[in-house]
Amino acid sequence: MRIAFASGKGGAGKTTVAASLAAIWPHPCLIVDADVEAPNLHLFLHPHLEAAQSVYLTVPELDSEKCTACGDCAAMCSYKAIAKLGAGLIVFADMCHGCGGCFEVCQANALKKGKRELGSLQWGSWSLKMGADQNSDQNLNQALGQTSSQTSGKNSGKTLLMGKSRVGEAMSPPLLRAIDGALAAISVGDAASVPDILIDSPPGVSCPAMTTARMADALVLVAESTPFGTYDFKLAHAAFKKLNMPLAVVMNRAGMPGNESGDAALEKYCAAEGLPLLARLPFDLQAAEAYARGYLPLLEQSANALIWQRRFGLLYDAVQRWAGGKIGQIAEPCSAVNICASGTTGAGHA
Amino acid sequence: MKIAVSSEGPGLESQVDPRFGRAAGFVIVDMESMNTEYVDNGASQVMAQGAGIETAERLSALGVGAVLSGYVGPKAFTALQAAGMQIYQDLDGRSVGDAVRCYAGGTLNPATASNK
Repeated sequence: MRIAFASGKGGAGKTTVAASLAAIWPHPCLIVDADVEAPNLHLFLHPHLEAAQSVYLTVPELDSEKCTACGDCAAMCSYKAIAKLGAGLIVFADMCHGCGGCFEVCQANALKKGKRELGSLQWGSWSLKMGADQNSDQNLNQALGQTSSQTSGKNSGKTLLMGKSRVGEAMSPPLLRAIDGALAAISVGDAASVPDILIDSPPGVSCPAMTTARMADALVLVAESTPFGTYDFKLAHAAFKKLNMPLAVVMNRAGMPGNESGDAALEKYCAAEGLPLLARLPFDLQAAEAYARGYLPLLEQSANALIWQRRFGLLYDAVQRWAGGKIGQIAEPCSAVNICASGTTGAGHA
Repeated sequence: MKIAVSSEGPGLESQVDPRFGRAAGFVIVDMESMNTEYVDNGASQVMAQGAGIETAERLSALGVGAVLSGYVGPKAFTALQAAGMQIYQDLDGRSVGDAVRCYAGGTLNPATASNK
């Protein structure tokens, strides 16, 4: 199953929630950093990264000897990547969105297929040492309410896929589609060999965030209950609910001093919209301090590591119930209809 | 020769629009007859990208030989050069008429690189 973690506002806690869940995920699991303009999962998960694979967009290159300057390509380009100026044409390759239309309309065969680098994909393996003492596996299993035999061997050897936009590249959706292609390539075969995929989305509600959400089967919105956070969360909900996919909410920084009414307002909104509230993660200054040093709250370097392991263990349980048993056992992307039919997502996605 | 001045309004008394690609419009002056006409550039103002390129195309199609403006972006500059036009920058802060007089007086130097 593919679950994306998104938010309207940046800094709501997507990376913390996605990475922490990946750390305790008791099934084969791939975590994807789809925030390609500012990837940061690798700063927390410390993967052993393999060589970066460049991703390219096919863009036109003009063969001026063959070009008859008819202007058909310039006329069809909505992005001004080709302009007719004076007697000739000129190509602005960095304006190109890669639709390929110019190649189709050129009768003179004067456009060659060039390429522009969009960025790169990079695979890595990682594992984190969890817990506040040496018995981290045991603590983890307690947190998950499982015996060690259930999770032993499954909890190590995790994989990360990072997308990284080229500095100066204006578009990220084509690179995100390359991530989607890479995920499709590993999502074949028997169910047991296909990992669950957790996707750390770009923030906001524009093309990068929507493109990423479309890769997933279900979407978890991480929401901060401050006035600013709630405003952006509502924007995000309004945008993502149009995708007709299962949506759920994780409230982050609950109980922030002075923001009690914010927590209540966010809960009321979720209830009114039929959005399952999977967890209320509390505001914890020590967790923020550990995070600022590059440690997830559930790692041994964090002051309240065991408590945070338990919290994320409970969140995992809630995600599993919400997903209606689709985690850790399916190869086919589960349809929104199936999950909605399980009755866990309320009436908000008809 | 016709010259085009990026303009906030339709006449010689209007202020030079500092923007080239997203200028409100252009006052086109025929330097032989000194007749003027106004070309609206609103369609390019609202473009997500490529405003400067489209504006250069528009002026090129009108047979303009020189452009007077405030700031010309790098892509627009390339496009105007490809169209064989001369480019005069940093002419904002005065009226279109004053800019045309400066040009006619022969004291302006054409730009060799984008100033934006």
